[in-house]
Amino acid sequence: MRVPTVVIGAGHSGLAVSHFLTERGIEHVVLERGQVANSWRTERWDSLRLLTPNAMTRLPGLSYDGDDPDGYLTMPEVVAFVERYARQVGAPVVSGTRVTSVRRVGDAYEVITDGGSWTARSVVLATGAFNAPRLPRAASQLPDSVDTVTAHGYRNPDGLADGGVLVVGASATGVQIAAELQRSGRAVTIAVGEHVRMPRTYRGRDVMWWMERSGILDERYDEVDDVVRARHLGSPQLIGTPQRATLDLNALTQDGARLVGRLMGYQQGRVQLSGSLRNVCTLADLKMRRLLGTFDDWASDQGLDSGLGEPERYEPTRVPQVPALALDLAAEGIRTIVWATGFRPDYSWLDVPVLDRKGEVRHDGGVVRDAPGLYRVGLPMLRRRKSSYIHGAEDDARDITEHLDAYLHGRRLPAA
Amino acid sequence: MTTASAVDNGVNVGALLGARQALTESPEGAQFTWRATNEWVRGTHSHATVQGFYGLGGEQKHKSTFTFDADHPEVFASEDHGVTPVEYVLVGLGACLTAGVAAVAQNRGIQLTSVKAVVEGDMDILGILGGDPDVRNGFSGVTVRYEIDADASAEDIEALVAQSQKRSAVFDVVTNPTNVNVEVTKV
Repeated sequence: MRVPTVVIGAGHSGLAVSHFLTERGIEHVVLERGQVANSWRTERWDSLRLLTPNAMTRLPGLSYDGDDPDGYLTMPEVVAFVERYARQVGAPVVSGTRVTSVRRVGDAYEVITDGGSWTARSVVLATGAFNAPRLPRAASQLPDSVDTVTAHGYRNPDGLADGGVLVVGASATGVQIAAELQRSGRAVTIAVGEHVRMPRTYRGRDVMWWMERSGILDERYDEVDDVVRARHLGSPQLIGTPQRATLDLNALTQDGARLVGRLMGYQQGRVQLSGSLRNVCTLADLKMRRLLGTFDDWASDQGLDSGLGEPERYEPTRVPQVPALALDLAAEGIRTIVWATGFRPDYSWLDVPVLDRKGEVRHDGGVVRDAPGLYRVGLPMLRRRKSSYIHGAEDDARDITEHLDAYLHGRRLPAA
Repeated sequence: MTTASAVDNGVNVGALLGARQALTESPEGAQFTWRATNEWVRGTHSHATVQGFYGLGGEQKHKSTFTFDADHPEVFASEDHGVTPVEYVLVGLGACLTAGVAAVAQNRGIQLTSVKAVVEGDMDILGILGGDPDVRNGFSGVTVRYEIDADASAEDIEALVAQSQKRSAVFDVVTNPTNVNVEVTKV
């Protein structure tokens, strides 16, 4: 089948692209291996809610319209929102169709699926950023006596064997899973590398409100100091709960969790831990203070101080005086290790030579390098800081479809 | 804060950032091997030299050959011809962190006036003496105390030192495990 544009993936990013393609009158299909919002539906733990409040939950042409702007959508609610969006924009979704190969043929791409193939001059990869867990080398050295589960496979505490748990990683994923395991009555140790600390609310407003209003989320990929770092930053230590509670390392240790340094290796029954715990916590504390200072400066510049609570500073992370440098898993009663060490995209089906040595697509703000007509959406910091969040899909999809339209029609291409 | 261009800590940040860009594109050039030779003199005294290293795709040389004597102090019934090996580790850690402080300060446009550090490693020597199997040979803990005079707030100075630790090779060597292979040839 021939079509001008194929979008791969019917999540929020792919559907936002579909919306703008339709608006521009560009015929296309959206290929989806499962159903609309597949990853939200099948690859998340049970208790997860969005990190952004409902007031920020919007896609081009559809905003959250419920009665709880300060709440956070659960995964079934996200799925319902994205499904509603797919219906509203009339996205031409071909579901249950898994792409097995994309390859260059002449000046077009052949997209081969388990349900037929499409030929298109432009292809938008909207296949998600979290396709597979990213694991440290030590993961392959562990003995069978310890169960391991990745954040991809984890659903809830009941799915784990009885006994203590080591959660590796302290981004949103790690702290959320550690907190609920701790609440389930298990002894939890969390291995902490570099992380991003944030309060859930600040001066009476959601921290994401501050991030959005003060312009931080609009910072572009070509403006930030270090785009490689920005694209690989773990998600901030946040959780969406009805109580709007802060979930930082102090909250975890308050509830009895133990902090240790980054997991560095495994040898003879013991996991080895970095001695850098104090410094990674200091870095996160300092960066949070700087961020709050940025918020305060912005608020007073805007004359908003009277409508907000008083500026606050939070207690530095309480780090044990002598953090453990090794854990004997058996002696400590640790039966399960949860890898919350990040995710990576899967491009095993992409037969166009556009990957760098780390297996990531080379692109400039979503315009894939050395592959005219090929685009990527839905990655952290794709074009802006907000690219990580649902509402960030709108501006990215608008920019990308503008570029794609110009490419298809042989017009001058906008700057990436 | 002054602007980056007005600040001079003697660090060529442009060259470092350029090297990072170039080596990201051709990562084989980033593979380095550092090298020291060591030769026994007498007793616990040994003599070390450092001259060549490998990197940027070929053999490199320092401007001159640097030599070091290592020994144990008289309280260990030695002759004290040089500092102890563990003190060289402290020297390395302090030097690495201080170099990092200067580089980060330059990059952030912070003028340094003075940077001083005291690096201490605590050790229970029953470990190396084999007197207590529960005591490790190495440091039980390392403390670094910086005193820094710079054109920046206390918080920005703290951030300099934190960032320096994050990017420090010796900090990593000391805080994280490394596989060590020692091979022997009879000559």
